[in-house]
Amino acid sequence: MPKFHAVTPESSDSPDLPEILTRWFARRGWAPRAHQLALLAKARAGRSALLIAPTGAGKTLAGFLPTLVELSTTSRLVAGAGRATGKGLHTLYISPLKALAVDIARNLEAPIAEMGLPIKVETRTGDTPVSRRQRQRRYPPDILLTTPEQLALLLASDDAPFLFGSLRRIVLDELHALVTSKRGDLLSLGLSRLWRIAPELRAIGLSATVAEPESLARFLVPQLSPAAATKGDSGAAADIVVAGGAAAPVVEMLDTRERLPWAGHSARHALGEIYDLIRRNRTTLVFVNTRSQAEMLFQDLWRINDDSLAIALHHGSLDVAQRRKVEQAMTQGRLRGVVCTSSLDLGVDWGDVDLVVNVGAPKGASRLMQRIGRANHRLDEASRAVLVPANRFEVLECRVAIDAVNENAQDTPPLRLGALDVLAQHVLGCACGAPFLADDLYAEVRRAAPYADLSRAGFDDVVAFVATGGYALKSYERFARIRQDKEGRWRVANPKVRQSYRLNVGTIVEESMLKVRLVRSRQGSKIGGSGSTGAIARGGRLLGEIEEYFIEGLVAGDTFVFGGEIVRYEALVEDQVYVSRANDADAKVPSYTGGKFPLSTYLAARVRGLLADQHAWTGLPDQVREWLSLQSCFSRVPGAREMVVETFPRADKHYLVCYPFEGRLAHQTLGMLLTRRLERARARPLGFVANEYALAVWSLGDVSAMIRQGRLDLDALFDPDMLGDDLEAWLAESALMKRTFRNCAIISGLIPRRFTGEEKSRRQVLFSTDLVYDVLRKHQPDHVLLRAARADAATGLLDLRRLGDMLARIGGRITHKELDRVSPLAVPVMLEIGREAVYGEASDELLAEAAEDLVREAMGT
Amino acid sequence: MHLADMSVAGIGFAADLAGALYWDAERLLVVSDLHLEKGSSFATRGVLLPPHDTAETLARLAAVIARHRPRRVIALGDSFHDSGAHGRLSARDRAALSALQDNRDWIWIAGNHDPDLPRDLGGAVADEVAIGPITFRHAPTGAEGEIAGHLHPKARVSRRGRAVERRCFASDGARAVMPSFGAYTGGLSIRDRAFAAIFRSLEFTAHVLGDRRMHTIAAERCC
Repeated sequence: MPKFHAVTPESSDSPDLPEILTRWFARRGWAPRAHQLALLAKARAGRSALLIAPTGAGKTLAGFLPTLVELSTTSRLVAGAGRATGKGLHTLYISPLKALAVDIARNLEAPIAEMGLPIKVETRTGDTPVSRRQRQRRYPPDILLTTPEQLALLLASDDAPFLFGSLRRIVLDELHALVTSKRGDLLSLGLSRLWRIAPELRAIGLSATVAEPESLARFLVPQLSPAAATKGDSGAAADIVVAGGAAAPVVEMLDTRERLPWAGHSARHALGEIYDLIRRNRTTLVFVNTRSQAEMLFQDLWRINDDSLAIALHHGSLDVAQRRKVEQAMTQGRLRGVVCTSSLDLGVDWGDVDLVVNVGAPKGASRLMQRIGRANHRLDEASRAVLVPANRFEVLECRVAIDAVNENAQDTPPLRLGALDVLAQHVLGCACGAPFLADDLYAEVRRAAPYADLSRAGFDDVVAFVATGGYALKSYERFARIRQDKEGRWRVANPKVRQSYRLNVGTIVEESMLKVRLVRSRQGSKIGGSGSTGAIARGGRLLGEIEEYFIEGLVAGDTFVFGGEIVRYEALVEDQVYVSRANDADAKVPSYTGGKFPLSTYLAARVRGLLADQHAWTGLPDQVREWLSLQSCFSRVPGAREMVVETFPRADKHYLVCYPFEGRLAHQTLGMLLTRRLERARARPLGFVANEYALAVWSLGDVSAMIRQGRLDLDALFDPDMLGDDLEAWLAESALMKRTFRNCAIISGLIPRRFTGEEKSRRQVLFSTDLVYDVLRKHQPDHVLLRAARADAATGLLDLRRLGDMLARIGGRITHKELDRVSPLAVPVMLEIGREAVYGEASDELLAEAAEDLVREAMGT
Repeated sequence: MHLADMSVAGIGFAADLAGALYWDAERLLVVSDLHLEKGSSFATRGVLLPPHDTAETLARLAAVIARHRPRRVIALGDSFHDSGAHGRLSARDRAALSALQDNRDWIWIAGNHDPDLPRDLGGAVADEVAIGPITFRHAPTGAEGEIAGHLHPKARVSRRGRAVERRCFASDGARAVMPSFGAYTGGLSIRDRAFAAIFRSLEFTAHVLGDRRMHTIAAERCC
């Protein structure tokens, strides 16, 4: 937080600052920075502003400076508090992490105390005790630090007009991170509500560097009605202040002495070199992309940790107490290395880190820059980072990512369109606060940037959904959650609705998690399977939590990596997974389920550009250059806009490999759709695997011959019309789509969280959102929740939009290579077969296989 | 492919992919746990599930009846999700149900969700029905020759890190438990101890409702 580092004063004295602050800066030997003063000037001019600054630029102090100046000079400081004096909040601070809010509060209190200002700062998070929350509503502090969810809760209460009526400033921290998710939608709607309650409110957004600062700046101010906008009034964006002066980072790629793997994500080949980097630096953060990669690398590092360096592990599924311990050791400077996932991506200050190692694919240029920024605590010192590609394709990705960092090119995603399920939650929240007229709320909602283009029909559908579910049948009128009164205002139908809103607020739907406990093996015991057996010792050390869907794919005896070691799955009893220590060198079931974030479109395009330009290959390691040269002799290296499709036989199957470079998620969707089409073409496809760069489909039919003889037309196979009927048919049964729908159902408030969540007997709850999905899809395909789920599918787990863009891009640019064996470029994706879950396998085949077991048993074979 | 042979107490039945059981010699069709109006039942408690479940369930029932043209239908209990459910049937669903009952015997067996079935529904009401060696009742007791419902059996199979879970019939040749038929009915794993109480061992078989065909899998192979 506030990084008050001594820098050369940018102005010897600061006439803009009140005496008390000038003196405080002077006493510390600090000087306010140019962007801090610029932000203050914007605030004084009554403007909202977006501050774009790298880590370490004193962003947070900049954000609070206008507040401190105002509170140190106004008469608000007259003694007395609460409703009696009519004093509500002055400043709200919103952060995506509650840990960050707590951290900031601690760091704000110090300067306030040193200046002797009677300013009260408090936090409000899910952890705040009820008594303090109640007090905060009656006697609000001057500055409240909180999260988007808590803001929504406060807005839905009767106290909102009192609490926020005098609100002057809102500081939105890590705005670039917030706006990419549904939490950003929720925040934008809350902000819009605040503008109505407190028209004088001005916002300050704090953000890392982004690709489109102008659209981020729109988030901070009310959007104009279309009528006003057409009159040429373009004032609907905050001013932008950019902090300069950060030293350019020094990023290099590890030039490994070892042989570069063809595939995989473990980077085990570079283990010794990574260990060496940790040894040669004071504190190193080692970022990986997934929890299981973190697990594996941590385990491997300790295996060779001859110097007993203090190396720790940090990821979101570890037990909270364990995470806190690591964080504490980190701030105290007791650790030499931390292997971590994106759980350490965001702002909290972990002390002095002098090197960031990024293992695996960087995925995106901006993402990489933010990670690198973690190494830098002084603006005038360059951050240092080393990228460790785990395979040959990742070398290409690392190369173009380094180029992008050096050019300071950003690839943060564009602003979202506001989600309808979040709007539904907000509409209910509004009714919980006070009755509303639909016309007024529609106008208010459209002032929020993500909802600026929301149609009236779309809004009305959402209100109808909140009221009675929005079904074609009108049978639910008597069960309505909100109802119109005589004046046409929508009110909450009964107090229970308020209660259920409070329990369900928020847009984060946790994956259903199970606790993992380590027990002694009961191998050899006769009781197999999972379920309710009492044979294993209960209790056992808590290792952490794991996704329920992962465990569902296991049978007793399967081994996987967890908590930094290889464990054997023993049994599932209620919400506890029992595992024992396994001595196997390798886990049987791969737990790499792909990174959360696919390769950015921008980096993908650059990788294609790099491949297409042979001259640029000089910047690549010898091994990689050799690989690509072989490919151009043997088959073809894809051009920048073309897509190469290779077909070849192998063992008794026929393979089709293509290279769209659009990320695993889009490739998986493509794989599903291609399999359907190949099935129709009688190619008898069996399955497929996808990685970030390529897709391989195998079949019994001779695809090469089919293409040669004109029985299979590649242009038709990859025609964008696959996004029509084939997609429809697939969505009907897609587990990913069902998961997407479930999230929408929960966020919108259709299914209360407690129905899907924690209770002990949850495995026996005779109810599932999958059933609702099936029924709704059949009987009311245009229902608002299905529309919300489809919008999510466009960018989320199915990445449909990207797939559509890709199909349009390659139209007429497909080059087919018929080969007699696998090409050098195809090797990496071919190696994924067997390592990763194979898709395209129908449920019936899986069941049939289990049925076969019975036959074999009966025949005594 | 959409039928699996299943024998109970020496009688041959066909387990239908739709989740119904057909006794050809008797021209008898059995369905269990329709849970009609489960959606609106949740709605009365503030959870506004789509109200299309009854229409969906009746459409499935109509399809399976059209396939087998039974002389008699037994609804094996929990046909209605709660005691007010039949009163909430829409006029259309009521007419659809009544059309299914035309020209055939219809027996409603009482379940724990619908212990007091109304008399105005058409068809007879009973606690249990015995035909030859077979007894039809809602909640299984484990008795020989018993065909019951209530437990909503489902089977899960895992292979190579992937799991498939589907409704199923569970039978050991002496007794059977039917899958639930209703559109909003979930299930209970056949590895739950409730099934151990009925079958007294893992020596029973799941006739699993796949996407396009039935699969016969040993309970031991499920998880």
